[in-house]
Amino acid sequence: MAILDSKVPSGPLKDKWTDYKNKINLVNPANKRLIDVIVVGTGLAGGSAAATLAELGYNVKAFCFQDSPRRAHSIAAQGGINAAKNYQGDGDSIYRLFYDTVKGGDYRSREENVYRLAEVSANIIDQCVAQGVPFARDYGGLLDNRSFGGVLVSRTFYAKGQTGQQLLLGAYSALNRQIGRGKVKMYTRHEMMDVVKVDGKARGIIARNLVTGELEKHSAHAVVLGTGGYGNVFFLSTNAMGSNVSAAWKAHKKGAFFANPCYTQIHPTCIPVSGDHQSKLTLMSESLRNDGRIWVPKNMEDVKAIREGKKKPTQLSEDERDYYLERRYPAFGNLVPRDVASRAAKERCDAGYGVNATGEAVYLDFAAAIERYGKEQATIKHLDVNDNALVKKLGQEVVKNKYGNLFQMYEKIVDENPYETPMMIYPAVHYTMGGLWVDYNLMTNVPGLYAIGEANFSDHGANRLGASALMQGLADGYFVLPYTIGDYLADDIRTGAISTETPEFDEALNSVQAQVEKLINNPGSKSVDFFHRRLGKIMWNQVGMARNAEGLTDAINKISELRKEFYADVRVPGDANEFNEELAKALRVADFLELGELFAKDALAREESCGGHFREEHQTPEGEALRKPEYQYVAAWEYKGEPKDAVLHKEELKYENIEVKERSYK
Amino acid sequence: MKLLLKIWRQKSRNDKGQMVDYPISDVSPDMSFLEMLDVLNDQLINKGDSPISFDHDCREGICGMCSLQINGEAHGPDRAVTTCQLHMRKFKDGDTIYIEPFRAKAFPVIKDLAVDRSAFDRIQHAGGFVSVNTSGNTQDANSIPIPKQDADMAFDAATCIGCGACVASCKNASAMLYVSAKVSQFALLPQGKVEAKDRVLNMVKAMDEEGFGNCSNTGACEVECPKGISLTNIARMNREYLSASVKK
Repeated sequence: MAILDSKVPSGPLKDKWTDYKNKINLVNPANKRLIDVIVVGTGLAGGSAAATLAELGYNVKAFCFQDSPRRAHSIAAQGGINAAKNYQGDGDSIYRLFYDTVKGGDYRSREENVYRLAEVSANIIDQCVAQGVPFARDYGGLLDNRSFGGVLVSRTFYAKGQTGQQLLLGAYSALNRQIGRGKVKMYTRHEMMDVVKVDGKARGIIARNLVTGELEKHSAHAVVLGTGGYGNVFFLSTNAMGSNVSAAWKAHKKGAFFANPCYTQIHPTCIPVSGDHQSKLTLMSESLRNDGRIWVPKNMEDVKAIREGKKKPTQLSEDERDYYLERRYPAFGNLVPRDVASRAAKERCDAGYGVNATGEAVYLDFAAAIERYGKEQATIKHLDVNDNALVKKLGQEVVKNKYGNLFQMYEKIVDENPYETPMMIYPAVHYTMGGLWVDYNLMTNVPGLYAIGEANFSDHGANRLGASALMQGLADGYFVLPYTIGDYLADDIRTGAISTETPEFDEALNSVQAQVEKLINNPGSKSVDFFHRRLGKIMWNQVGMARNAEGLTDAINKISELRKEFYADVRVPGDANEFNEELAKALRVADFLELGELFAKDALAREESCGGHFREEHQTPEGEALRKPEYQYVAAWEYKGEPKDAVLHKEELKYENIEVKERSYK
Repeated sequence: MKLLLKIWRQKSRNDKGQMVDYPISDVSPDMSFLEMLDVLNDQLINKGDSPISFDHDCREGICGMCSLQINGEAHGPDRAVTTCQLHMRKFKDGDTIYIEPFRAKAFPVIKDLAVDRSAFDRIQHAGGFVSVNTSGNTQDANSIPIPKQDADMAFDAATCIGCGACVASCKNASAMLYVSAKVSQFALLPQGKVEAKDRVLNMVKAMDEEGFGNCSNTGACEVECPKGISLTNIARMNREYLSASVKK
């Protein structure tokens, strides 16, 4: 059994990162010119890493499957980014951000990585402002903050509901500067098909040009994967259509351990499914829970009347509404963490209180916030606070200013005006905390292969807090990896360019070629989506918000069967040597069909409930997640041919600077 | 709903291309436009035909990957949305819908409805950034207060998603709205002012080299822009350009 060495430096927690940086090996600027680094993915993590590595002097090759690096799915993050700036003077600190993140992750993340994340968080804001990222400001011209779930301070910086877009465009601009200087060679519409290992080290990738279908060999001294999460294994998720697990999965098949695949975040506020044609789900930012109140009717008669269209939600009095989050969690109310909010919504809907035709929706209501803001504005402007129409108008303006684009998005999709009637929302797959196992340097157990951002596992434990994904992506890419990778590359200054004319590269290319040919020539009859949808149904019903041993065992068998069926009966039209989206999709779904099985196996092996992983057998009498001390470890899986044969390695988690206690938001 | 789709098919960049008829039935008004095309593609695959290529990714109106000229309008008849946010309830039973790629010399067709917009990226390489290294050793974020109005205007300009609807809507295939959005964002912020002159000169030069046409102030770009990027950005860019040219 291989030992997982997290390589966490010694010393007191608060000095670890600083001391480590002082002692780390550096590569001198002249030698950096001799070293090549491949970065796959150009989201917040990959984009910022590629730009920073190029600034430092390395030769960078960056890859993305979209037509431009600006389109990576980080762009869709809405609500904000956390940073321990304490601009609000409300008691925030590095320790408190660290504490909230570890607790929010249900004590399943690596303490030292999280502390470092909190430590560099403030720098991110400085950096982004210097790059010209237009964060929201108050009337004094200083940066504004809002609050997010699972915390008691306001530490979230934002740019309306488009924070991810603005941060990604910041990283994209830094990347463009380096592309313009020739330090980054950008490959768009390219998909990574495999990692190439030479003498046990990651030394390159096989990429497929999605326009011509050509397979290309690219070499480097190190390979960095910033390829995002694998939520699309559920078919329906808030991920982009192209988001996929393939890069991480290929790395896994080449020896990198896959950690905690079952930790999935089901986000509580998404627009409910409308029909079988649905291709993806749309998130409504968690920031809405700052001002929106979540409820379902108290009485079943009202539920029925609403579903039949005989009653409108606005006709129900306060007494007839069940604000179930405020009822169950008075301390955090509507701002409980995502896993808690999602399960509470499922509990009410399972009990029959869902408010739409499918019975899978709850209300998110802004009427109270509109009234509160309206009165505040009327007071400031010396207007009549008892003029209801005026107060409503003023309040709506404030809400529009804060969440305008989200309200517009909702209206376009659902065809209802959320300023007048409550939004309907339901949980949906959003983010995956699991990912490639990495050490403190963000290196996988394959030397020279790094994983950053959502693609790794380390910072969010079993549940990620809102506005922390952007923080982690940029922390990894701007401030952590560029340092830690030097320690590894310092040994490569005399290596010289890595040749692609070697048996290792040829072998990898041939095996990709074989997979492509197998799929394109398959005499099948069903489209790729046919299989992907079925995989999604199995995952959602049996490996989703609530899991049990029986369902998981069955899911493992079903997924394995489905994979066989896929290879027997999938039809991929067109040729391999052309722009062929169906072929690209088939290659991705083939990997999801393997990952899904490992995912279920991991969920089955984890005989406890924690964060986003909820096992029905393991809950408290109140229906909360029941954590077990003997499962305080990272489950890192080693590939052994078939997902079912994967071997478990454990990294024990120690908490020396934080007391592990019951995670309560009551 | 039953619809007749007339869709541009073009095998590759150098192929001539033509409109092809595709009748489709059982379209639900709650479908998005792209979900309707998914259904059509599924039917084509099941029949053994080749599915229609089109660009798309986030399907929530922010990545800028989807395009499509629908009934002659970029992103179709609805206002302030991208094609992926357009829903079939905007159409009527029995409608004929023309679906074409974004057309411009600088956006060559890759296949069917997918076009190559890498010219947009190349304009950004020429100056769409603030030259600050990502060392983390910058000054505190609050050390320069920025008037809320300026920050808000910079934000509004920065919400451009780079989809190219402005170019596709312009009779001259001008990219002025796109370029001016980036120029404006930085011109309005103190961090961007240092390099403002070089930026506007370099980006406009790159824009011209890519083969985009000139602006003639007809304003179609603003009307069709899914993010409502304002024409005042073009005015600001012209002012910046003029002042930079004079001072040079």
